[in-house]
Amino acid sequence: MTSFTDSAGTALHLITSLDPTLIAIVARSLWVSAWATLIACTLGLVLGALLGVGRFAGRQMVLAVLNTFLAVPSVVVGLVVYLLLSRTGPLGFLGWLFSFKAMVLAQAVLVLPVVTALTRQVVEDAEDAHGEQLQSLGARTLLRGALLAWDERYALLTVALAAFGRAISEVGAVMIVGGNIDGFTRVMTTAIALETSKGDLPLALGLGLVLLWVVLALNGVVAAVRRWRTGEEGAAGAVAPLGGGV
Amino acid sequence: MTPVFSLRQVDVCFGKGPGALCALREMDLTIARGERVALIGANGCGKSTLLRLLHGLMPTSRGQLQRDGTLGHAMVFQRPYLMRMSAQNNVALGLWLRGTGWGAAKAAAAGALERVGLSEHAMRPAHKLSGGQQQRVALARAWAMRPQVLMLDEPTASLDPHAKREVEALIQQFATIDPSMTLVFASHNLGQVKRLATRVIYMEQGRIVADLPVQEFFGSAVLQERYPQAHAFVKGELV
Repeated sequence: MTSFTDSAGTALHLITSLDPTLIAIVARSLWVSAWATLIACTLGLVLGALLGVGRFAGRQMVLAVLNTFLAVPSVVVGLVVYLLLSRTGPLGFLGWLFSFKAMVLAQAVLVLPVVTALTRQVVEDAEDAHGEQLQSLGARTLLRGALLAWDERYALLTVALAAFGRAISEVGAVMIVGGNIDGFTRVMTTAIALETSKGDLPLALGLGLVLLWVVLALNGVVAAVRRWRTGEEGAAGAVAPLGGGV
Repeated sequence: MTPVFSLRQVDVCFGKGPGALCALREMDLTIARGERVALIGANGCGKSTLLRLLHGLMPTSRGQLQRDGTLGHAMVFQRPYLMRMSAQNNVALGLWLRGTGWGAAKAAAAGALERVGLSEHAMRPAHKLSGGQQQRVALARAWAMRPQVLMLDEPTASLDPHAKREVEALIQQFATIDPSMTLVFASHNLGQVKRLATRVIYMEQGRIVADLPVQEFFGSAVLQERYPQAHAFVKGELV
């Protein structure tokens, strides 16, 4: 218990004194996850909107595969991206392994199914409710998908926040493709794992507290957006809770 | 003169095989230009399906449907879908989707909103307007397209009496401004049907049971003698 309280005290000191090592790791984590979320959202919003309004042979199969990817552990994603980026892999020529870019790629691959699946659900619900009226105005399938996605932008904002939460709290993928190199590819989750194994609990606990605050802040933003939408438009948004996985 | 719509033995069914549910069956119908046709009947009789079929939102399962392709169509739904943008942009969107440039569409939208008495609400978010105002925005959106065929699916069903009167007056006004405009609408409000329609079609289980000029439908013994089900429905609705 004493060890825990001592560690917590030291952790709080590291945070309040803006310890450079801790700040660097936190900044890198936020930066990696922000880029990964941006890339995943750019692709996932388009793919999700298309799946939401498109009706084609094999659609159910595509949705089943997409939903399966939602449950893929981050270490498996890390392994696949590692194999792709390794020297003998198809993307080995990029030389990205154990770099910032590799971590962004791994997290983007990890959260792309999350963004795509949630966007698909949001747009499909909107299509069921309003697609016919847009069609009667002359909107064809692709344009309908774009218009419905735009109209559901607040729900999709919470999807993006959920994706960011998933990205920043995962450890397996960035550990494998980033290598947890000090000052280079070390992020909050990998640092927590390493410092705990080394017995440096204050830094691990400090990072853990910051990570908790980041996820808590994201949940706060999601709740605020949802409450605002409910108040403004009388419609409740449906998003997955934020959370991470190893 | 080419009819606006001509249906010959049209079926519209959902699903396939023996489990298919047919919303319209063996429908024969011709609608000429300038007619104001009211579709009445109990819920689930096929009124909305017929409107959607005529507007091109669903295909026939069997039979022949011919439309005069030279005429512009617009449709207003019971609960209009207005996007999360201003009333003016919602009206302009309809025109933009039909190929009008955004600047011209916005200008035309302002005119259409003035026509429905919503100029002062043009810049307000459409979803913050009252139900009656939203339906007027939807009418403005349809009217801005200068349709030669206007279809209305129970346009006043979810409105309070005051809003009902306002919306009905607008529909009446549109029909007066352009007497050649064909109006096809579904309604449960028989008073509204009397005021707006020149022809009344009574439907049951996806079939046309009675098809009469409005005066004959409401003002003669023909309905009671030849179409007892339609007469019973009208009596029930009037109670």
